Order: sequence, then C-alpha cells, then structure tokens
Amino acid sequence: MIVVNLQVSPKDTINTIPPATANIPRGSLLGTETISSAEILSLLKIAARMNPRKIRPLLRDKRVLLLFYEPSTRTRSSFEIAAKSLGAMTTLVLSSGSSVEKGESLLDTVYTLRAVGADVLVIRHPYAGAPLLAASHLDIPVINAGDGMHEHPSQALLDAYTIMRHRKTLDGLHLTIVGDIYHSRVARSAIHLFSKFGAKITLCGPPEFLPEVAATLAKGLHLTRSLEDALRGAEAVMVLRVQKERLAGKKLSLQDYVAKYQITIERLKLAKRDALLMHPGPIVRGLELTSEVADCPQSAIVEEVRNGVPVRMAILARALGKAK
Amino acid sequence: MSQKATGNLLIRGGHVIDPAARIDAPMDILLRDGRVADIAPPNQLRDSVSESFDARELIVSPGFIDLHVHLREPGQSYKETIASGTSAAAAGGFTSVCCMPNTLPVVDSPEWVTWLQQRDRGAMVNVFPIAAATLASKGAVLTDFRALQRAGAVAVSDDGKPILNDAIMRETLRLASEINLPVIQHAEDTRATEHCSMNEGPTSFRLGLRGMSASAESSIVERDIRLAQQFTGARLHVAHLSTAESLKEVRRGKRNKVRVTCEVTPHHFTLLDEHVRDYNTNFKMNPPLRSAADREAILVALADGTVDAIATDHAPHALHEKVVEFERAMFGITGLETALALAITHLHREQKIPLFRIVELFTAGPSRVVNLKGRGTLVKGSHADVTIFDPKCRWRFEVAKSRSKSHNSPFDAWQLTGKVVATIVAGRIVYRLV
Repeated sequence: MIVVNLQVSPKDTINTIPPATANIPRGSLLGTETISSAEILSLLKIAARMNPRKIRPLLRDKRVLLLFYEPSTRTRSSFEIAAKSLGAMTTLVLSSGSSVEKGESLLDTVYTLRAVGADVLVIRHPYAGAPLLAASHLDIPVINAGDGMHEHPSQALLDAYTIMRHRKTLDGLHLTIVGDIYHSRVARSAIHLFSKFGAKITLCGPPEFLPEVAATLAKGLHLTRSLEDALRGAEAVMVLRVQKERLAGKKLSLQDYVAKYQITIERLKLAKRDALLMHPGPIVRGLELTSEVADCPQSAIVEEVRNGVPVRMAILARALGKAK
Repeated sequence: MSQKATGNLLIRGGHVIDPAARIDAPMDILLRDGRVADIAPPNQLRDSVSESFDARELIVSPGFIDLHVHLREPGQSYKETIASGTSAAAAGGFTSVCCMPNTLPVVDSPEWVTWLQQRDRGAMVNVFPIAAATLASKGAVLTDFRALQRAGAVAVSDDGKPILNDAIMRETLRLASEINLPVIQHAEDTRATEHCSMNEGPTSFRLGLRGMSASAESSIVERDIRLAQQFTGARLHVAHLSTAESLKEVRRGKRNKVRVTCEVTPHHFTLLDEHVRDYNTNFKMNPPLRSAADREAILVALADGTVDAIATDHAPHALHEKVVEFERAMFGITGLETALALAITHLHREQKIPLFRIVELFTAGPSRVVNLKGRGTLVKGSHADVTIFDPKCRWRFEVAKSRSKSHNSPFDAWQLTGKVVATIVAGRIVYRLV
C-alpha cells in the first residue's frame, strides 16, 4: 500500500493519511487503476472459459444485487445475464421508485441491501467514488459498474477481452482514444488498464474534452488535437460518445466537432488495415462516427457488448471466490 | 486557581513574544481587572494578592485572534454552538474569534449581531461578529453597515457567497470605506466553479471530479483590489487565500498602497490536493487544497510578511453531511484545536519560520485586519487576553476528544509539536492543559 509522507523532515513529524482502500472486501472490483496486470490477465482467462449459453451453477444460491442510480442498458442487462448464467439470483434496485427517492443515504441503502441478503453488490452511480464509499463500509464485495467520471472497470476489461480475441496479447498495443475523454469513465479505466501492459496510447480531442492534464493519468500517454495524427498506425481506435449538452456554452460547436473529430471511413483508413473500431456505446450515428463506420467490417461495437457477458461472469465469479 | 474576574494573576517565568510591541524576551506579566496591569523583566513585579502562573519553559503571547470561524448559530446548532465552538477556540489558544454570518438566518441585521454577543450564548472567549454585506448574502441589496458596526460587527462579508457583481462590490467597498470597516471577501468566481468539489489538477482528473481552477480565485482577488483602489480608505481582506496567483495580486496591491490584507489557513499551508486521494471528505473544503506550487508560494508569503494572519476557517459539519459521496459532502473542516500545532510543526520546525513571526500571524496581524483595539498585544493597559503555549511539546491530536461538536478534521491521530497550555480571557483562565 502506498503511504504518503507529508513531511520529508524532520523525522519526528511524519504523519500519514490512511488510504480508504485499506479495508475493501476481497473480490471487489472498484477500478482498473487499483488492480494488478496479473489479476487482469487472470480475469480475462476466466472469462474465456465462461459460456453464457450454458448455465454453470457456480453461484447457485448467491444473491447479486444490482443497484443502479443511473440509466443503463448494456451494463445492467449484461451483469444480470452474467449473474443468471452462473445460477445466481438477481435483484435490481433503481434509484427511482426506491427509498433513495425518499432521501435515504447511499450507505443506508447498501446496508439495507446487505441486510436482505446480498452476497455481492453491483453499483452504478453518478458520483465518483460512490462504490468505494460503499465497499469501505461493507463486508461483501462491491463491483463498480460505472461511477461518475471516474471508472468503469468492467467496460475496460471487456475491451481488453475483445482485443485479445483479435490480437492474442495486450502487450505494446497501439491504442487511440478519440472524443470526450474528460467526462469519460470508460477512457480513464481503459487508460489505466492498457498502460499496465505497455500500450502506446494516443488521446485525441479538442481542449474542451481533452485538457492537457489528461497526460498525467498514466505513463507514456500521448495527446494530440489532430485526428489524422492520432489514427496513423493505430491497432485499435476507441471512439467515445459526445453529448451535445456538454458543448453548451463552449467555444466549440457541434459542427466543428464533427468536422474535426468524426470518424469516417476515409479517416479510418489512416489506422492499420485491420484496426479494431471500438465504442463503449451508446453510439450517436452521425456525430462521433458515421453510420458507415459503425457498421463496417472493422467495427467491434456489437462484439464488445457480446463479450461483456462472459467478462462480467468472470468478475462475479471472482468476487465470490468461485473463479476456477 | 481563583477565577474571579477581578482577581489578579501574575504570569511568572515565561518567555514573552509580543510582536506588536517588538518584545521577545523573558518577562513577567501582571493582569488585573481584565487588563494588563504591568509587564516587566523577571522578578521585578511584586503583587502580594496575586495568584501566580508558573510559565517557565513556556511562551507567553497575546491571546490569539481567529478571523474566520463558523460557530453555526443561529440555526445550525447540530453542527456547533457558540458555547462549543468557543470552547474549542479556548483549547486552541484563541481568546477572540470572528464569526462568519452564513448562518440560518444570515446575520444581516444589528439584532442578530447583538444576539451573537449576548451572555446567554455561553461564549468562553470573545466573539466578534462579521455581518453580511448584503441582505441574506444574496449579493443584491447592501445591509446597513453603520448600524451593524454600531451593534458590534467588526467587518462585513458574504462568506461562501462571494459578491460577483462589480457594481455591488464597488458600492460595498465605498460605503465601508466611509466608516473604516473592512470588507472580507471569499474570493471565488462561482460561475466558474459550479459542481466542482476540489482543486483542478492531476488528482481531480484521476478521481473524475470537476476541479476549481486557481484563476477562479485570483480573478476575483484581482478585481476586488482594482475596485478597492478607487476609494481612499477602503479596506479589503482576502479570506482563506489559497493560490500563488492570488498572492501575486495581493503583493501588487500592497505595493500600490491599496489597503489589502489576507489570511491563510493551516490546512492550506499543510496539505495538498493530492491528499484527497480516495475521496476522503475530510479533505474537502472551499477553497480546496491546492497544488504543491501553491503551497510553496503560501509558505514564502507567510515568511516574508505578505500574509497578514493565520485563520482557521473552522467549519464544523455533522457526520451525515460528511460520510457521503465526495461530491455531495459539505465543504469544510474543523481547525481551532490544531492551528497552533500545525503552524509550529510545519512553519516553525520544518520551514524555520521564527516563532516571533508565527505569533504575529496569530495576534498582531489579525488584530490589525479588523481593528481590535487593545488586543493582539500585551502592552500595559491592553485587554488581559493571553495565550501560553509550549512550543516543544509533542502530542497526538485525537478528534474524538475535540471540544467542537463536530469531528470533521483531516488531522485525526496526527503527531504534532506545540501545545496550548493555558488560555486567558479578560484575566480569567478559560482553558488549562491538564
């Protein structure tokens, strides 16, 4: 565990700030920043053995609680199907229509779900750090299904899994991420994960979506404003969604964004010939990419969603110590 | 020990540091009838009826003055009361505290200013109210400065809700300048900090938290100094200054003879934004913890005299307001009981800033900012407010033992050097280390 020494000298005044991650239940998955490359590979290996079409009751009698404070289609359904494919029971709790609407705190809600018998808790939350807060107060594993702008580790893992299916290894991958990186938990999780394997990562976007400070997130990140530069030689291109409302009040107009940063068939040709076109979804056709790109042979968008199920099966099995 | 207000008290054998009077020498002090009756080199004072206080090995200083505390009354006594907050102040060596008006309701009338000072509030130290500059601190209609000052307000401020409108700020400075009343500004361009919960930088990016830029503070400091320059006698005080850029503005203002002063908090000279680390809400305050470069600049400014005062921005909050998601947590930490020890540990021992300067930042400096006559010094005839501390004592701060009603401190279990041994208000010992 890394401990920050506030004082360098004199020696008698060393005070340390205890990390909240010190007492996180085993099996939790809060982010890709805090998980080792060995653990990542082990998860991907487990995922490769999972078959969502064949029910394996590894998690029979286990209760998986899905607590979603934000709308979600793929993450939610894929965690639910993953849990059920392992024979677990699932219960979905949404912030609307639950006691959350009555002003209950996050901790009181998770204590309640623990009390009704949850064995593992999957949380999607609009605030960064919410799953960590829950995990540091619980004795059951917590899975982060996306927290604010912070992390979305299961998405990064399923992206790694998808790339492995095409490239065999993650080592030295040339990855380009294009779009609204500032607001993206997917980008942060991907950067942490792939940089652990020595990936060459290029980040591309306008200053509104890609502040200079982004380069400090991991070692060896390359920032560029030029999409052409970013695409050249890329083996995988990860495109991120652009929300119109995030451009409100900014200098950049939607038209400018499309003109400079939209992925088109022409532009995609700058990347390696068999480069994978990835997108965490939901996609907005005609904005961050053209419809042709979304449906082109290089597009792995649907495959990513499909791979989400075995990867989340692996995450749940690991959480409950049943990963064999 | 007699605690009668009229009793005499002879403080013997201590080393007096009184920066206002340029004293840094062994001295004995006789307190009588709430005033300093005499101060003289050791063993010269004789007073047969005196109680005496043995201050050998200790520093005897004018009572500390905190320009920035939130006592939470009226309206939020679940966080703190005047009684509990001033009890914590006494334990921290503060004999006077200036309380901010962002209460429920806002202290924007002479009646509330009077109410804050009533004996029934149970204050253990002197309470000097700071009144709101605008009604309900809404930044629209100015309060009655003259009436507020007459009722006892020592300054006006819309702390927490900075005055953004240029015309309103200009009018505030103009009217306050006519009656020599300081205007305290929480410098933050809130139009640029919406939804932000910490400093903008690598840590906020990593944690996925929206960050407040340093310029959101310094742009307001720059504007306020520019406006203050327009009125002779206008006094602008920058609350909890936290960035290198703001310090540049204050330096420039002082060079141009603008009457601008500023305060810095112990947490800003001790901690960095990177210490937020895992969304620890006890490291969430406004202004936020800043970068290492900002802290460096603050340390330089504390040493070279640019900073006028150390103020705690003591901001107590209940557990349920802090043990929540980081972005939902309230801004602020408690600070009265750790201020001196953090100053001695980090400014004196680490940065080698002389004790004389540190005492100045707790006494003469803040006294000048809000014009507290006869306080912040121990010259004959001044108020008998005295802080006695041991600059070498090593101790461990345990927030569970805090006298504040709230426990939102990032310094729990910290090993610190420098401990208050006794706090004397108007000649009465209100705190004594056991």
